Order: sequence, then C-alpha cells, then structure tokens
Amino acid sequence: MKILVCISKAPDTTTKITFKDNDTHFNKDGVQFIINPYDEWYALVRGLELKEAAGSGSVTVINVGTAENDPVIRKALAIGADDAVRIDSEDKDPFNVAKQIADYAKDKGYDMILTGKETIDYNGSQIGGMIAEFLNLPYISQASKLDVNGNIATVIRDIQGGKEVLEVEGAFVLGAAKGMAEARIPNMRGIMAARTKPLNVVPSTAGEDLTEIKSYSLPPAKAACKYVSADNPGELLDLLKNEAKVL
Amino acid sequence: MKVDEIFTFGDKFYKMKTDLYQHHDYYGVDELLTEEHKLIRDSVRAWVKKDLSPIIEDYAQKSEFPKQIIPGLAEIGAFGPYIPEEYGGQGLDQISYGIIMQELERCDSGVRSCASVQSSLVMYPIWKYGSEQQKKKFLPKLASGEFIGCFGLTEPDHGSNPGGMLTNFKDMGDHYLLNGAKLWITNSPIADVAVVWAKNEEGRVHGLLVEKGMEGFTAPEIHDKWSLRASITGELVFDNVKVPKENLLPGRSGLGAPLSCLDSARYGIAWGVIGAALDCYDSALRYSKERIQFDVPIASFQLTQKKLAEMITEITKAQLLTWRLGVLRNEGKATSAQISMAKRNNVDMALKIAREARQIHGGMGITGEYPIMRHMMNLESVITYEGTHDVHLLITGLDITGLSAFRNDGK
Ligand SMILES: Cc1cc2nc3c(=O)[nH]c(=O)nc-3n(C[C@H](O)[C@H](O)[C@H](O)COP(=O)(O)OP(=O)(O)OC[C@H]3O[C@@H](n4cnc5c(N)ncnc54)[C@H](O)[C@@H]3O)c2cc1C
Repeated sequence: MKILVCISKAPDTTTKITFKDNDTHFNKDGVQFIINPYDEWYALVRGLELKEAAGSGSVTVINVGTAENDPVIRKALAIGADDAVRIDSEDKDPFNVAKQIADYAKDKGYDMILTGKETIDYNGSQIGGMIAEFLNLPYISQASKLDVNGNIATVIRDIQGGKEVLEVEGAFVLGAAKGMAEARIPNMRGIMAARTKPLNVVPSTAGEDLTEIKSYSLPPAKAACKYVSADNPGELLDLLKNEAKVL
Repeated sequence: MKVDEIFTFGDKFYKMKTDLYQHHDYYGVDELLTEEHKLIRDSVRAWVKKDLSPIIEDYAQKSEFPKQIIPGLAEIGAFGPYIPEEYGGQGLDQISYGIIMQELERCDSGVRSCASVQSSLVMYPIWKYGSEQQKKKFLPKLASGEFIGCFGLTEPDHGSNPGGMLTNFKDMGDHYLLNGAKLWITNSPIADVAVVWAKNEEGRVHGLLVEKGMEGFTAPEIHDKWSLRASITGELVFDNVKVPKENLLPGRSGLGAPLSCLDSARYGIAWGVIGAALDCYDSALRYSKERIQFDVPIASFQLTQKKLAEMITEITKAQLLTWRLGVLRNEGKATSAQISMAKRNNVDMALKIAREARQIHGGMGITGEYPIMRHMMNLESVITYEGTHDVHLLITGLDITGLSAFRNDGK
C-alpha cells in the first residue's frame, strides 16, 4: 500500500495572533509551529495504521514550504512516516500548493492521498479537492473513518445529523476529520529513527499565485458577561432586543 | 487541575485530572536547543499530559507508585537515554537527558526519581563499570522497563558520610558473602536488581549486583512518607547473601565509583527541579489572574507581582545555569563541584518557588486541586537526597578554598 500524506504547519493553538506591516502579514515572531492537527492526528496516523495492517507498503509525507518547515516534517518522520518530500516553495496560495503536490504525485502511483480536512490557520479546506481535480481522482471530504479491503475503500463521513457511508474503488484523495485515528506521540525510537530517514527537497513547480491576502483583522474582543437576575425576565428581553439586537 | 473522570485499575477508583500547563521560556533558552531536543521535549511533555498528569495526584494521595507507567517511561526514553543503542539505550546527549528529567519532574519529582535512579544510579554504573556480560544481561532489560533497578549506598548510620558504611562482603572462594543493610532506597521494593555498594575485607568499596530472589535478600517498604509519595522507597537487607562472583562490577572500586553515579543523578536533578518550579509558577500565574479579591485579580497587587516576577527571574537563571552545565557535561568537562552548585541552587530555588506559589493559591494551595503542595513536599526529599543542601555547600567551599569542612574532629 503506497500512501501519500500531505502535511502543513500551523501556529500552535495557544499562539497569541498578531499582524505586522499594516496588518498585511501574520507576525511569525516567537510563534511555535506544529503539524496541522488534522494532518498529524488523523491523516498521518490512519495512513500508518493502514500500512501496518497491510504488513507492507510505505507512507510518504509531503509538504510545500521552505526549510523552516523541516522541524515539523521531522516530527512526522518520528511519528512513523517512512520518508518525506518538501517542495521548496512558499505556501501562500492554495492553488499553487495543490498544483505542486499533484505535479509531484502524478506519476508515483499512490493508492491514496490523505490530507487533513482543513488547516487550523486559514481553514481553507481547498488542497484535497484541488489535488483530486488535478489528478482526476475521486475526493472525499470530512471523512471520520477509513477502511480498506483490497481495491475498495469504505469511508464514513459525518454529515449534518447523521453519517454517510461511501465506497470508492481504486486511488482516491481524502480529507481526514476527527475520529479517524487516535493521535500518536513520537517515542524515543521514532525520534532516533527520524534522524536518518530521507527528507527529499524537490524544486518548486509553482506558477503565479492566483490569490493574495490583502489584510488581516482579529475578531472583536469578547464582551464581559452580564448577569441578569432570574426574577427579572423583562430586563433580559430588553437587553437581547436593544443591546445585543438578536431578537 | 480539575477532575474530569474516574477510572478503575484493579479494584480501586482513581480520579483523572486535566493538565493546563504551558511552558515558560523568558530568555528564549529554546534557541539554545537543537530541533531534536525540542522534539524530545514536546514528545515527553505530550506523554506526561496524556498518561501521567491525569493520575499523579491520586496516586500521590494514596501513596502508591503508578506501576502501569513503566512501559510508557521506557518508550519516551526515560530509562538510560544516554546509554548507547547497542545496550538498549538511545545514545542521546546529556542535554536530552536533562530535558527528559525536567518534563517528568514538571509533573512529579517521585516519577522523576524513579527514572533518575534507573538511568544514573543503575544503568550508568553497569555501563561504565560493568563487564560485557553484565551489560548485555541487564542494560537492555533496564532500558525497556522489563527490569527495575535500585541503588544502595545510604545506610541507617551513614547518610552524608557514605564512606563510613558497614555493609561488607567476604570472598568465599566461589562466591561472595554479603551482609549489612541499606536505608532510604528508591525503587527497592519493586527492584529486580540492586547496585549495592559494600566494603571488601580490606575495607575497599565495590559495587555488587544483587538480584531479586537471592537467598537472604529482602527489600521492605518504608511507609508513611509525606514526600515523594508516588515513588516507592524501601530498605535493602542482606543476611548472608551469596552473591556470584560474576556479579561484582569489575571496572572501578573505591568511593569514587558510587560518587560518579551521583554526579550523573545530581545533574539530572538540577534539570528536573526546574520542571517542578515551572509547574508551580505556571499554576500561580494562572490562578492569580483568575482569582478576584477586592474586585480585582490578585495578580494586580504589587505583592503578588513581586512573588511572580521573582519566580520567573529565578527560573530563568536556573535554566541558563543548567543549559551551560549540559554543554560542559556533553564535552566531558563538568566537574563534580559544578554539578553540586547547580543541584543545590536549583532545588533550593524550586522549593522557595513552591512555598511562594502556595501562598498565592491561598487556601486552595493546600489541596490536591493544585499540584503545589505535592511539589513542595516532594522537594523536601530532593533537597536532602543526593547530597543535602548543606553538604553541597561544603563541596563548593572545599572546591574554592581547598580546605575541607566536612569533619571537625581533626581526622
Ligand atoms: C525519599 C528518599 C529517597 C532516597 N533514595 C536513595 C537511594 O535510592 N539510594 C541511596 O543510597 N540513598 C537514598 N536516599 C538517602 C539520601 O541520600 C540521604 O538521606 C542523604 O544522603 C542524607 O543522609 P541522612 O538522611 O542520613 O542525613 P544525615 O547525613 O544524617 O544528615 C542530617 C543533617 O546533618 C547535616 N550534615 C551531615 N554532615 C554534615 C557536615 N559534615 N557538615 C554540616 N552538616 C552536615 C546534613 O546536611 C543534614 O542537614 C534517599 C532519601 C530519601 C529521603
């Protein structure tokens, strides 16, 4: 079983987000980066589980980015990926990221390409779908369960109010959501092994970016909590109507 | 911490808690570490948060060692990380060892003690002074946690002065006959192998590997500790124990042999206790921002800020001191006296921070809701074992003056 897992890096969830250059750039100073949790906890770990269950095969992780991404790629190797590929390019525009991954993957014969359902920084949810389009493969988004039997994969998607069970034959692209696997913590053997696993840097095949971020802003600060006495429903109604303007 | 769920292990109930800890690195000491160091640190921290912090308070309250964590400790490299891979270790550097000890002690000094003893006091002497056969027999099993080890130096009447030890062995031709007793031995009741320091007929100190089940060897537990309650401590009693000759550590004799192991363990403690200090500071900082008195967070009072500001200052100094010691140790240049200075300074720093953090938590600080009191009580052992606070001062004193102040009877 030959599996490609797309990993991106994202700011740690405890990061204090700030911007610079007149709110046109995210300020990376002092920010701790992690592997996007959907990529790491679900896509990568499920890929490893499937390979282990099959008893053979390989899991390759791929990242579009500069050398500053190498630490998160090493972590993916420590968790258990066999090798890694980094496409040496800025990862600004989703179209270009997906295009370059597709360019790399097109003649490699992967049985499946796994991504996280979204990245927790920009939450674009675009890469998987676009890779599938470039490679003319089926795409399944928001998958919470993935089993493989021979050439057939059975996938469960969590949909509004229920579950959807899908079957797909042959190669496919999938966006992994919560529930697909349980996060793995790298053990010391894995960290040692990651030292010598290949991390191949390949040149960028990026074209012109199709989108560009013009400016950032933070969500409005949360207002303080207001307490209304239970004996005073009128005041609550008044506040909801005239202050919060939700009624 | 808050109780999230209850789980059962055997027939007992345990409370699970969530660990809110966030790391503090005021001077960007992280930039002095390699990417691999940080990966190790983050992995150990993630393991601690997942498997250790949820249960530690309950085990400490029950005065029980959580045995089920042994395989996990082995996986995250807590047992002999610097031992070469051919003997089951990871061949990591000294800074990695320090980092692992710090992450464990961030949760509990008792669990760190178990790992310190296994690594520095059991695996280290076997690796440094053991025969090839002893290394092959014991090290891989100690690294995987299949074996637990302990280290017997202290005796009932010889603590700070181990050179006065009475435990002794006689050469009986085809074996040695061991007699005596050791006290305050971490891990002893659950140990499969004990590294025991004893005098031969000429009064020279040697290390012997005493294995569980040898006739005349017992390891009763010490009960009712108010400190390191999640670590198991006991005695070692030798009543005419026949020890095979191949169980003597051939590589080194004299008091310098056990003292070199203490160097390694003390080095780990110097790193470790910063973890306990960080946990106390982290909890105090969070609590003081949330706790409202006189209509404002108590963190807004100058007296609280003085405590918090001094805590992070002392932690930062200790982080830098310890990092430098790690570099020296990696280069094989750290002296025993330098290690003594770091152990003494850092344990004292951590204990003071625990006491101040407890004040900040007010009444809540005395409960098991918060880790503070547990850290504080733990550190009362840490400031005594591996050389007391005062003994380390005398070591620095001797080093800088050339004059020993250990005895005043002229001997
Ligand atoms: C929980 C725990 C676990 C331990 N684990 C181990 C273990 O695994 N293996 C092991 O071998 N030991 C272990 N120890 C023993 C520990 O190392 C000793 O307790 C320590 O060395 C002090 O010895 P003591 O308790 O006999 O105190 P003493 O040596 O009797 O000291 C009492 C006091 O006298 C002071 N003092 C002593 N000599 C001098 C001097 N010359 N000048 C000034 N002051 C002096 C000391 O500083 C101290 O304040 C452990 C201890 C504890 C509490």
